Amino acid sequence: MAPLLLALALFSIGTTFSVAGAATSTPLTAAERSALIDEGQRIFLKGCSSCHGLNLEGSAIAPSLIGVGAASVDFQVATGRMPVADMSQQITRKDPVYNEKEVEALAAYVSSLAPGPDVPGEESLNYERNGSTAEGGELFRTNCAMCHNFAAQGGALTQGKYAPTLMGVTPRHIYEALITGPQSMPVFSDKTITPAEKLSIIKWIKAAEAEPQLGGASLGRVGPVTEGLLVWTLGLGLLVGVAVWLAMKAR
Amino acid sequence: MTAREKIAGSVANYVDERTGAAKWMKKNLTKVFPDHWSFLLGEIALYSFVILLLSGTFLTFWFDPSQREVIYEGAYAPLEGLKMSAAYASTLHISFEVRGGLLMRQIHHWAALIFMAAIVVHLMRVYFTGAFRKPREFNWIIGVGLLTLGIVEGFLGYSLPDDLLSGTGIRIAEAIIQALPLVGSYLAFFAFGGAFPGEAFIPRIYTVHVLLLPGAFLALITVHLMLVWYQKHTQYPGPGRTEKNVVGYPLMPVYMAKAGGFFFIVFGVTAFLGAVASINPIWLYGPYTPGQISAGSQPDWYMGWLDGLVRMSPPLESHFFGHTVSWNILIPGLIVPGILFTGMALYPFIESWITGDKREHHLLDRPRNVPNRTALGVMSLTFMLVALINGGNDIIATTFDLTINQIMWFSRIGILILPPLAFVITKRLCLSLQRADRDLVLHGRETGRLVMMEHGEFVEVHEPISAEKAWLLTQHEQNPALALEESDLRGVRRPGVLKNKLRARMSKAHAVAVPKATAADLKEIEHH
Repeated sequence: MAPLLLALALFSIGTTFSVAGAATSTPLTAAERSALIDEGQRIFLKGCSSCHGLNLEGSAIAPSLIGVGAASVDFQVATGRMPVADMSQQITRKDPVYNEKEVEALAAYVSSLAPGPDVPGEESLNYERNGSTAEGGELFRTNCAMCHNFAAQGGALTQGKYAPTLMGVTPRHIYEALITGPQSMPVFSDKTITPAEKLSIIKWIKAAEAEPQLGGASLGRVGPVTEGLLVWTLGLGLLVGVAVWLAMKAR
Repeated sequence: MTAREKIAGSVANYVDERTGAAKWMKKNLTKVFPDHWSFLLGEIALYSFVILLLSGTFLTFWFDPSQREVIYEGAYAPLEGLKMSAAYASTLHISFEVRGGLLMRQIHHWAALIFMAAIVVHLMRVYFTGAFRKPREFNWIIGVGLLTLGIVEGFLGYSLPDDLLSGTGIRIAEAIIQALPLVGSYLAFFAFGGAFPGEAFIPRIYTVHVLLLPGAFLALITVHLMLVWYQKHTQYPGPGRTEKNVVGYPLMPVYMAKAGGFFFIVFGVTAFLGAVASINPIWLYGPYTPGQISAGSQPDWYMGWLDGLVRMSPPLESHFFGHTVSWNILIPGLIVPGILFTGMALYPFIESWITGDKREHHLLDRPRNVPNRTALGVMSLTFMLVALINGGNDIIATTFDLTINQIMWFSRIGILILPPLAFVITKRLCLSLQRADRDLVLHGRETGRLVMMEHGEFVEVHEPISAEKAWLLTQHEQNPALALEESDLRGVRRPGVLKNKLRARMSKAHAVAVPKATAADLKEIEHH
């Protein structure tokens, strides 16, 4: 009886997983896909073409989007960077203008004209299973910390540009940033950092994000500057205050 | 006599018969100290030093000063299985596995920052009140020595855990050593026992950090305090206070209680910071590897000005006979700090040379009454502050949406323009305050009461100030500038004309003052 039950259990687990898995990655039919591309083109012509050109060719103020791929579109639009509000120093993260469905349509349209890096699927972003925190930390400190700071809090670059904080960035967007290299960031191809290593980096960032403030108030995790500020304000302020009080009482 | 007094008496007698301490104790326990909050700033430094000794000793029980490579298997999961030095692994062990270890580490580090800050404010008090004048020049030099050693000691402590941040600091220190012409590269080799990072540096600086420098501190602090004891403490001017007496309270019981209590308050504040605010979270920095670096790598604040100077220096290099001289490191890293600290150590002698004043001084100056000195002090602080701000340029840039380049140019220009500007403004402010003092003595305090006269004129009633206050505002000396003749009685030019000219000019600048109110002035006013 027991082996039969076990087999049944295994079978049901297996089917549940395959059904659940299939639900998220059902390939679109050709008709659905072309409808999506049409929708994407409509949004593009309305919202993007004035800068990026009617055929993605770019202009004096915006780069060509030929070959940037769906990953780039998803990163730029879903993090709210595009459409851009202020072009002065650096394009900043803000609330996205387009919803998920519209972003997907835009990505489908742009990648339909020329191939490029694809949006990573759920399965290839399973950093909990496929990543290693410690290895991710090593990779992060070697490749990322020089701009994004040791605890992924962000840091300054030249001429007012900056590497943004990675706190609160979704794993998908971190992955896309790595493979597309937005703005000042270099591209980390799969040869430089393998997909598995990318997942490790994401796992480490998520661990850093979730890490409680172990030694008390973290002071922004930016190193000794805030520590020095606190010692000169609160620390010395308290002590000098007490000194004044001690000298007053004697009168 | 109660039974308790009897016992105390017999114990005291027992000790005195064997040590002869009674006479010495009686003399010294009744020693009088003047009372002012600013005299407690040095005490903050002293008590922080005691806290540093105690908490540091605790840390040595577990710290392993070795660059031997180990695989981490401790409690902090994000570093699990990584290769690191034993020094770093043992610091993680102290932080996460030793009971109270992280608190002790944080207390030690906060105490170090408070120690250095207290030294700086104590130095400012001594400088701005002229407490360094004869006979206290040696103690001033010892103080400057303690400040310098404190910077070195703090930096070594920051370097010991061998985390990514401290390794970066050591790398910069190595670069500064290497920038010394001719001997630099050899010195760096000696210090590191070979190429950077090597395996020798952490054990070496550990010995210096826990043995050599604390020993030097103990010796210097002892001499520092013995000199205060022997020369007696300076006091602020006031009625009844002269160059020959000390007005205050006896050591026993008033100061014993105050100082004892203050120690525990300093310990309490340090422990409070250690308990509520994270400092040097080495587990986040990761183990040091020369190939890695973090954005926003900074030294502790007392080195921040040095980092700021290096950050603002333009890329200057010269090549002589196949040797490179890195002016961009040499000037901000060695030459400028050398000039600053030498100048600071020699200042008491420079000032007495300028004023020609060789007398003893036990009454402190009010900063406004010595405008030149005060202005020079504010000028130096401005220089340091600009450099310090530039040391945090990256953090400032991201926090306030500025660009690093703007801050760098602000610092490059500001460090040349702002200190002289601060000098002029401070000097004018001091003279204005002197003028206000003079007015106060001559015309009294403004009461804010307006009175309408019979003929319709409004006047404000002025109240004469108290005799004590008038004394305070007029007690200071106003010495004329040195008169240095260029030629002697026979019309022969004296040697060292240029030197004398410079001295006379500086003396003249030093003596600028608003004439203080005199009795004659007051009488004249009463006539009106």
